[in-house]
Amino acid sequence: MLVLLVLAYMVISTTGTALPVFREEGISFVTSSDWNPSAGQFGALAFIYGTVLTSVIALVIAVPLSVGVALFLTEYSPKRLRGPIGYAVDLLAAVPSVIYGLWGVFVLLPLFLQPAADFLAKYLGFIPIFSGPPSGLSYFGAGVILAIMITPIISSLTREVFATVPTADRHAAYALGATRWEMVRQVVLPRGRAGVVGATMLGLGRALGETIAVALLVGSSTKISASVVQPGYTMAAVIANTFAEATGSHIRALVGIGVVLFVMTIIINMIARAIVWRFNRI
Amino acid sequence: MNERPDPRDAGEGLTVTDAAPTTRWAGGRVGPGLSLRECRPTRRRLWRNRRNTGLIVLAVGLTLIPVVLILYYIVSKGIVTMDWEFLTSSQPFSLRRSGGGFLNGLIGTAIMVGLATVVSVPLGILGAVYLVEYGKSNWLAKLIRFFSDVMTGVPSIFVGLFVYTALVVQFGFGALMGAASLAIIMMPIVVRSTEEMLKLVPPELKDASYALGAAKWQTVLKVILPSAAPGITTGAMLAVARAAGETAPLLLTALGSLQLTAKLWGSPIQALPLAIFDGARQPFEAGQARAWAGALELLIIVLVFTIVARVVASRSRISR
Repeated sequence: MLVLLVLAYMVISTTGTALPVFREEGISFVTSSDWNPSAGQFGALAFIYGTVLTSVIALVIAVPLSVGVALFLTEYSPKRLRGPIGYAVDLLAAVPSVIYGLWGVFVLLPLFLQPAADFLAKYLGFIPIFSGPPSGLSYFGAGVILAIMITPIISSLTREVFATVPTADRHAAYALGATRWEMVRQVVLPRGRAGVVGATMLGLGRALGETIAVALLVGSSTKISASVVQPGYTMAAVIANTFAEATGSHIRALVGIGVVLFVMTIIINMIARAIVWRFNRI
Repeated sequence: MNERPDPRDAGEGLTVTDAAPTTRWAGGRVGPGLSLRECRPTRRRLWRNRRNTGLIVLAVGLTLIPVVLILYYIVSKGIVTMDWEFLTSSQPFSLRRSGGGFLNGLIGTAIMVGLATVVSVPLGILGAVYLVEYGKSNWLAKLIRFFSDVMTGVPSIFVGLFVYTALVVQFGFGALMGAASLAIIMMPIVVRSTEEMLKLVPPELKDASYALGAAKWQTVLKVILPSAAPGITTGAMLAVARAAGETAPLLLTALGSLQLTAKLWGSPIQALPLAIFDGARQPFEAGQARAWAGALELLIIVLVFTIVARVVASRSRISR
């Protein structure tokens, strides 16, 4: 009951605070990328773009990895390895995001992100999305850290779905002479498809709202850039990084960004729940 | 790897032993004169099988690398600064200065998580009892279930914004506001995990209690809750672990402070994750060193809660 009240109050209170900004900027709040608090211009498009882009990068990396991990744990792994690897992956899920951020900035950045960004810009720079000057503190960097964070979430849900595939179906495929991969391809994956999609959406919801690690790695630039190896910003990160020095209508605008973010994640989550729920009914 | 019978060794040619001289079957060579052992999938299929097995193992490897790297760096970099002084003193007033520790953050986290737990766990359990024992599947219960599901997915920074607009604007930054935001984050987790546990209580137990003439509230209090207690504890501890590591909402509600304070409201208060975040944002080595030690401290706290929760769960599992 209280849950419901809190949620309703949450929406009312924040929207109420942000209302003047919404009213003043109108639709341009989400369609303009002019973000200039000192001049009173609030267009949040760059942050929306950054949020979507980093989440997409995260999914592109995380989904194949998580499906691979889930398949390994349910289909390939020797029994002895199953427990430890499962625990290790779950451990990733328990690590707080500020620790990911710290580790990302001081370890992953020099060790992997910066070289990878340099590499992408050097050899694939002719494609606009990889054009330089490259920086590890970028959409790409934030996407990678997000991918590491959501992989355990997606893989643990996917694993549960794969585990529900009846053993008899697997044996049937082997009896027809299928190789192990053919069995996975034709029996496990089709059965688990809805579950994988649902898990992906939940991972996406998490990636959209992730704040701290992204705030440290996204590079903090309010410009929109087509290249993933250049710095940008996300909605959650801009709130976390600039809230402390914001005043007046700037605060209201940040709250407004929060409301837009909230609406986006709610929609994604509802779709995810609907998919998972339908899957459970079958 | 090969605990299962290898599919290539059996079954392939079973149906076609007396077909025309060499029958091309979609996947390989079969026909009279070929023994079952010689019937093999085409090389292409075998190669594809092997390649994809390789890719899957690679995926596992790629996922495990961060686990190892994170643990290694947190421990090795954290242990350098982690000493008695770090555990028992507060931050120095300049991030440049070395020495000092995160005692102020530890105390702040303990106060806020403690308060949040005291509020959210009983409320969450009550909510779950309502869902399972009273509401069952009427529209209100369905609505609550749906929204608590949705609330688990609400970005934590939005919870922070909400508490900011609802409370901080009027009362200022402080421990109570931080605790409120953590409680909002914890509550849906507690509700959902408790609900799952209550559903597992065998109906025979309830029936037995009713047969003895117990009222509904007596049954709930004396039979259902005790038998689900280990599971509820697990859920609560996982929620605590989650709350202890939350940073984003505290930025907007507790704000952070370099001083050691135990005031509940009126003055900003530090939290462990906030202290780490500050250290990670600064270019000063001493501050970064403290951040690593703080990360080690926080990681240990979170992992202890998570692991103990797991142990409680696996020790006393209600018959599934």
